[in-house]
Amino acid sequence: MANWNETQEGQAIPELKKNCTSQQLVQWAAGSGDFYQIHYDAEFAKSTGLSGIIVHGALKNAFLGQLVHDWAGNNARIKKFGCSYRGMDLPGEDILCKGVVKRKYEEGGEKLVDLEVWTEKADGTKTTPGYATVKFL
Amino acid sequence: MTEASAQPSLITDEMRATIGKRGEPTTMEVDKTAVRMFARAVGHTDPVYYDEEEAKKAGYRSLPAPPGYLGTPVFDPRTSDPTFGGRRGQGPGPQPSRPLKRILNGGTEYEYFDDICAGDTLTAVSYTSDIQERQGSLGEMLITTTKTEYTNQDGKLVAIATGTGIRY
Repeated sequence: MANWNETQEGQAIPELKKNCTSQQLVQWAAGSGDFYQIHYDAEFAKSTGLSGIIVHGALKNAFLGQLVHDWAGNNARIKKFGCSYRGMDLPGEDILCKGVVKRKYEEGGEKLVDLEVWTEKADGTKTTPGYATVKFL
Repeated sequence: MTEASAQPSLITDEMRATIGKRGEPTTMEVDKTAVRMFARAVGHTDPVYYDEEEAKKAGYRSLPAPPGYLGTPVFDPRTSDPTFGGRRGQGPGPQPSRPLKRILNGGTEYEYFDDICAGDTLTAVSYTSDIQERQGSLGEMLITTTKTEYTNQDGKLVAIATGTGIRY
């Protein structure tokens, strides 16, 4: 788990690699309560003009949450994190979750770190750019 | 002057009047089964999301809500949306001055003010916080920002979720 004193601006945090199976998308549908059929019913997805089922945006957001949590550990708390959905990801394709420390500072008595985080495809295209602020306890 | 200014605004007075208007509160339960299910779906490996002993050792009251999980809406077939589980909306609301056919989920943000753990009961209240229009790569776009405030059983504001919807 990360330590605020040792954290340096510009440092990359350990990468998290995901590759969704259709099983994982079904698990996410149940876990999140989002049963929109474009994520598990290929025929339905095609009827809306998609090439097939696609990964839920909110699941990619949750992957970024895991990326930050796995780096920061339980001696820290995520104060804020978010992302924009810029591109679709498909099951069976690598989703690489990455992050870089942008700023380390103290504010209102809290030890904070701002990160830039994102998901990218194997060819380097960023589909989900985001950010996070972590508070160290 | 942008192209958009040549035409009247997409945003009507009726739409502007909805900004800041709070919806009906929804009850969201945070429980161990749902936390484990959510964590499993994401692929979390930290035992704090699965094992209450580990969670307590790490300083949480019970299994913590994983990032992005803010409870599960209490499902009731009389009032819940069959696809998304939350309370059914009261119709589509005021429409833009020109019809827009497509919708995209633009982004999500979560801001946390305290731990949220299994056993908590959250009350969620949503409202439209902003409506903007823009000319972009998709043509004319209407960007609606929705905020949901989550208050726990002690009356403390514990999280705000912000969602951006794009219609074009």
